[in-house]
Amino acid sequence: MATASSFATKVTLPSDKEILITREFDAPRDLVFKAMTDPDLIPRWWGPRAYTTEVDQMDVRPGGKWRFINRTPDGTAHGFRGEYREIVPPERIVQTFEYEPMPGHVFVETATFTEREGRTLLTVRSVAPSKEDRDGMIGSGMEKGLAETHDRFAELLVELRAAARTSAR
Amino acid sequence: MQEILSALAEPNRRQIVELLRRKPRAVGEIADRLGLRQPQVSKHLRVLSEAGLVQVRPLAQQRIYRLRAQPLKELDDWLAPYRRTWEERFEQFDDVLRELKGKDKEKRDGHGK
Repeated sequence: MATASSFATKVTLPSDKEILITREFDAPRDLVFKAMTDPDLIPRWWGPRAYTTEVDQMDVRPGGKWRFINRTPDGTAHGFRGEYREIVPPERIVQTFEYEPMPGHVFVETATFTEREGRTLLTVRSVAPSKEDRDGMIGSGMEKGLAETHDRFAELLVELRAAARTSAR
Repeated sequence: MQEILSALAEPNRRQIVELLRRKPRAVGEIADRLGLRQPQVSKHLRVLSEAGLVQVRPLAQQRIYRLRAQPLKELDDWLAPYRRTWEERFEQFDDVLRELKGKDKEKRDGHGK
């Protein structure tokens, strides 16, 4: 698609504790902001496509808590939580982010919405408590991908072995 | 990977990489542009060179530094799964926005004329 590149997600590392994510959306920012802060819509977009996302808590106001649960197809649950620190519709959201299996590793995410010509540029600046945490957050995506690949490969081996046994008989 | 990240974690070194993105340059030129002392720049260039991010080529009396693409590609590969996670989220969000825009339009058309 011709428009694909202009809407592509960009990820850069502006300092050793930060991750900067930018993405453009083809909608005015009022709508983008409203959609992003609507608990009823979260299950439709927040998690990976293959997972289901459940909203346990989402109190969009300063001091309010959020907690989402991702479930994998095999039923494994991953909890994410945080607290809203700043809500400035339709310009800015500051919130904390914590992956429940790693309590205490609190990231601070600032989402900024800028409108130009009816489109909205979303900028998410995520600040990790340490460089190790920042690198771990990025590296986990890769580990997850690799783990999935390894699982698939293990399944394939099991199938191949079973096939070999059948043909040997 | 850690070596590349540590080399790029220092703001002056990141600025050097930015400068070299446009074209190869001599130490003196880098020092002038960044307002740093030459020995300081040489030290940063050594770290960048050890991480494989720059390579040096002598030209007459000067040492010309240029960027090497390979470590930057490694960095990009390392970021790719993380970027895909967000991209997947945003693509699904695009679908939500399209639907909401449709609803808005219906409402407007319904109330108009």
